[in-house]
Amino acid sequence: MPENLFKINAKEYILPGTRACQGCGLSLAYRYALKALRENTIVTLPASCLCVLHGIYPSTPVMIPCLNNSFASTAASASGLVAGLQAMNRTDITVMAIAGDGGTFDMGIQSLSGAAERGTDFIYVCYDNEGYMNTGTQRSSATPLGALTTTTPIATKQQHKKDFIKIMEAHDIAYLATASPSYPIDLYDKFVKAKKIRGTRYIHLSIPCPPGWAYPPKDTVKMGRLAVETGISPLFEIENGRFRFTGRSKSMAEKGNRLPVINYLEKQGRFRKMNIEQLHQMQRWVDGKWQEYQRRAQEQ
Amino acid sequence: MNAKRDDSISAMCTVAIGEGGKTGDWRSLRPVIDHNRCIPTVKKKAACFLCWLYCPEGVVKATMPVEIDLDYCKGCGVCAEECPAKAITMVREGEDNE
Amino acid sequence: MNNVQIMTGNSAAAIGAKLSAVQVVAAYPITPQSQLAEILSQYIESGELKAEYVRVEGEHTALTVCISASTVGARVFTATSANGLLYMHEQLHWAAGSRLPIVMCCVNRGVGAPWTIFNDQQDSLAQRDTGWVQIYCRNNQEILDTVIQAYRIAEAVYCPVMVCYDGFVLSHTMMPVAVPAADRVREFLPPYQAHTILSPEDPRNLNPVLFPWRRENSAGVLCDGYMEMRYKLQAALEKAPAVIQATNRDYAAVFGRDHGGLHWEYLTEDAELYLVGMGSMASEATQAADLLRKEGIKAGVVGVRVFRPFPAQVLREAFQKARGIVIFEKGISYGYEGALCSDLKAALYRAEHQAPIHNYIAGLGGRDVKARELADAARASWQAMEKGIYEQPTSWLNCFTG
Repeated sequence: MPENLFKINAKEYILPGTRACQGCGLSLAYRYALKALRENTIVTLPASCLCVLHGIYPSTPVMIPCLNNSFASTAASASGLVAGLQAMNRTDITVMAIAGDGGTFDMGIQSLSGAAERGTDFIYVCYDNEGYMNTGTQRSSATPLGALTTTTPIATKQQHKKDFIKIMEAHDIAYLATASPSYPIDLYDKFVKAKKIRGTRYIHLSIPCPPGWAYPPKDTVKMGRLAVETGISPLFEIENGRFRFTGRSKSMAEKGNRLPVINYLEKQGRFRKMNIEQLHQMQRWVDGKWQEYQRRAQEQ
Repeated sequence: MNAKRDDSISAMCTVAIGEGGKTGDWRSLRPVIDHNRCIPTVKKKAACFLCWLYCPEGVVKATMPVEIDLDYCKGCGVCAEECPAKAITMVREGEDNE
Repeated sequence: MNNVQIMTGNSAAAIGAKLSAVQVVAAYPITPQSQLAEILSQYIESGELKAEYVRVEGEHTALTVCISASTVGARVFTATSANGLLYMHEQLHWAAGSRLPIVMCCVNRGVGAPWTIFNDQQDSLAQRDTGWVQIYCRNNQEILDTVIQAYRIAEAVYCPVMVCYDGFVLSHTMMPVAVPAADRVREFLPPYQAHTILSPEDPRNLNPVLFPWRRENSAGVLCDGYMEMRYKLQAALEKAPAVIQATNRDYAAVFGRDHGGLHWEYLTEDAELYLVGMGSMASEATQAADLLRKEGIKAGVVGVRVFRPFPAQVLREAFQKARGIVIFEKGISYGYEGALCSDLKAALYRAEHQAPIHNYIAGLGGRDVKARELADAARASWQAMEKGIYEQPTSWLNCFTG
C-alpha cells in the first residue's frame, strides 16, 4: 500500500532490532537508500555508527551483502570491489561505499579523492552527523562552528564546517547530491537516479543525531527539517556541473522564506555555549553559501 | 559468484531479526494509536502513513489499522511527533493507559 | 624446452604475476619497486595481460584494493618496498585476518628515518607478526618461480604471501631466467576459489565486530569469538609449511627447478661452522663458505627461504651437527637482536646439541656486504667459539660503532 502512495519500493532491507539509537537519523536515511538501491548492491563501510547498525557477529539485520573495511579505506575498498567485479564480469552489481563524516572528511579523504579522481564507478555516501558519534561525540572537521563535543568541551568548535561539496566538485564527478532523512522521498529519488548513472557519484546525507546533538529522539525529523529550512543543509543536485535545488530548498529559493539559523541552533544542547559572535558568523556563513547556491541555480 | 564458499574460514554474519536483541526493552515510552483519529483508518483508504514513512526502525506496518511491532519499537516518539492527526500518544511504560 | 632470458628481478616478478593470470593489480611507485609496477601496466595496457589496473593514490589503498577485489573472487597482485610497506601495515593485518590469498612482492629496502633507498630487510622483517607467509628469494629465477608458487600456497591455506627480494641487488640486476610456458603455469595453478560469500541471494556481513566470547547465531549454532577467528589464522599458518614443501616439490617435478621449500643448505654434509642468512645475503655466504673451506674451516650455509611460518622443525634438524652458528641479518629488532637470530635460538631451545650462536647485523641501508667480509667475520667468531667463548654480543658488520 505505501508503495503506491509514496511511489517507492515497499520492501524493507533492515530487519528490526538494530543497535542504532532511538530516533537515529541514519537508520531512517539508510532505510530509504537501500529501498532505492535494492538487492544487487554490495556495501562497504568502516567502523562507524552504521557498522554497529550492521550488527555484531554472527548476525546482521541488513539484507544486503556488506564488507567491513578499516577506517581510512572506505573508498579504496569500493575501488577494489569495482575492479574485482569488473574482472569477474559482474557489472550488474552496484557498489556503495558509505562512511560517516569522520571517515569521509578526515581520515577517509585521501582514498575518496583517489577513487573520485580515477572516475571509479561507484556511489559514495557520506552520512554526516557532524562528529565522531560512534566513539562518543568527538569533534570532526564536519562539526559546525560553536558546537560542543567531547574534544571541544569548553571552547566549542572554532572552525566552520569544512566545505566538502567544493572538494568533491573539484573532482569533476558525474553526480553530486545532498539529501536528508526528513525528506525521505527526495532522498529515495536521488539514490534511484544515482544507481543508473555511471562514474563517481557522491551523496551527502545530513543526519540528525539525538545523543550527539543533545535533543530528544522524537525530534529527529523536525531537526532535519529545520536544517533544511534554515539553509544550513540545503537539498540540491549537481549533475555535470549543473546545479539544481530540490524539494523544500527549491521552494525556499523561489519563495525566499529561509528561517534564521537561531531557530535550529537553540533546539540543540550542543550549541548551548555558542556566543553571539559565533552566532553572527554562522548566520553570515549560511547566508553566503545560500546566496552562492542561489546564484548558481539561477544561472542555469 | 564463488565455487567454494566456506562459512568457517572468516567471519560472515547471517541475516537475523533482533540482532541487537528485543529492542522493545529499550523503551520508557510506548506509542499508542487512537484509531478514531488515524487518517487511513478513518478514511478507509491508503492515505497519510507518515508514521510508516518516518519510523527509523521500520516497525510500523502500513495496514488498516496501523500496527506497531512492540517487540522491537524503541519508543523514540518520532511517529507521535510527526502524525498530522495527533493520533499517536507516547505513554509511559508500566502505566495502564489504553 | 627452455626459454631463457636475461632480466632484472623486477621483470622476473612481473612475468611471474603475468603467468599467474592475475586479474586485479594495484600498485603505487616506490624505489626500487617502481619498474615492477611500470612493466605490469605495460602488459595490461597492451592487452598482454587481461587485468584491471588500479592506479592507486597510495600503498594503503593498493593493498585495500587487493583485499576487496580478492574478496569478490579475483586473483590479485601488488608490490612495494620500505615505507610503502610500512604505510600498508594496518592492511597487512587486515588481509591476513580476512584470510585472503593475496600475493605481494616486497622489494626489500631500508626504512626511514633517516631515508635510504638502498637494500636491507627491515621492511619485511618488521611485518613478521602480521600473519603473512614470507618467502625470501636469492636470485631472479627464484623470484619468478616463487611468485607462481605463492598463488598455489596462498590459495590452498587462505593466507596472504609476501615474496621478498633484495632491492637493487636483485631488483635491478640482470640474471638469466628461464620463463615457463603460460599453459603449463595455467595447469600448475588451478583457478582461485574464494571462500567468501557475497551474493544478493545469501547476504552476509563480512568481518564485522566480534565479541570476546562465542555467540549463537539465529539458528542456535555457536559461532566463533574473536580469539577463535584469530586462532584459525595461526592454525592455517601451521599447515603452511607442508603446503610450501609440497608446492616446491610439484613445481620442481613440472618445471625442473627446486628452490628448497622452507630452506636450503650448502656444504653442510660435513660442516662445523654454519653461516645463516636470507635472500641474496645467503647466496653471498656460499662464496664466503668457499673461502673459509680453502683455509681449512669446515664452513657450510643454511639459507632460510621461508621466514614465516618459521620453519622451526626443519631448522632444528639442519643444525643438529653444528659446532658454531653465525647469523648475518639485514635487519634488527631494535632493543634486542636480529629477528632471525632470536627465532632460531628459540627453535633450538632444549635441542639435544647446543651450538654457540653469534649474530651480525649487516648491510643496513645498502652497505655493501662482500663475501670476503662475511668470511673474515665468520672466522673471527669461529676462533672465539673454539676458545670456548659461548656467547658473543651482537656485532655490526663493517659499521663504525665507536
